[in-house]
Amino acid sequence: MNKDNGINGIKLQYEIIKDDFSRAGEASSNIKKVLRQLGIEDSIIRRTAIVTYEAEMNIVIHSEGGRIKVLINPDQVQIIAEDYGPGIENIELAMQEGYSTAPNRVRELGFGAGMGLPNMKRCSDEFEIQSEKGAATIVTMIIYIKG
Amino acid sequence: MHVRDLIDKIGFRHIAGEKALEKKITGLYCCDLLSWVMSHAKHGDAWITVQTHINVVAIASLLDLSCIIIPEDAEIDGASIRKAEEEDIAILSTPLNSFEIFKLLYEHGIK
Repeated sequence: MNKDNGINGIKLQYEIIKDDFSRAGEASSNIKKVLRQLGIEDSIIRRTAIVTYEAEMNIVIHSEGGRIKVLINPDQVQIIAEDYGPGIENIELAMQEGYSTAPNRVRELGFGAGMGLPNMKRCSDEFEIQSEKGAATIVTMIIYIKG
Repeated sequence: MHVRDLIDKIGFRHIAGEKALEKKITGLYCCDLLSWVMSHAKHGDAWITVQTHINVVAIASLLDLSCIIIPEDAEIDGASIRKAEEEDIAILSTPLNSFEIFKLLYEHGIK
């Protein structure tokens, strides 16, 4: 984790490794601990925990690896999840609840419900996804702390 | 009702998490689809699941669930037990199935 206490807020960054289920959830847990130390409201912590966890699992399950960057300032929490590909062919389809491309071995563990991206969108005040086949996927989410 | 009561009054087996036994149980939730749990389980819920790998501990921790209940004596991954000890998440186990667990907790005041 890189922690940079800059003038614009607190920046956190975590590398997420492909297929590493044993460490999956650690980045989200650390982000949650930082938010708690900062005295952020419980409902904001919960929403941030949900979006970072889903983003983390998406990178573990579907990508070649990637990173999660979090920027916390007094007004908002910004989360950027970016990976090294292979990209999403049909974003509209990927955003549909219940649609999943997760392989069976992952579904047997309870993942691949097709709820990850919809959960991330639902819990964010602003949500943007950029991707195409053969390229990186970048999901940017903002959760407002104040109105 | 507190997590400890599940052991003392109902006889569930204590698998992991010592301090977490003092947490209050405010509801009960049962599901094995992790993203579904992530979006629907509430703070303080006891969570019944047959998924016993390490990621269930992360979810219980992220959502501040009161404990994880493994029904029907499902086998529990050793890595999950170690992680639960580290994160202080209570894991309990019982031979009962989900319906019987719901029934018992309802009778003990989780309504």
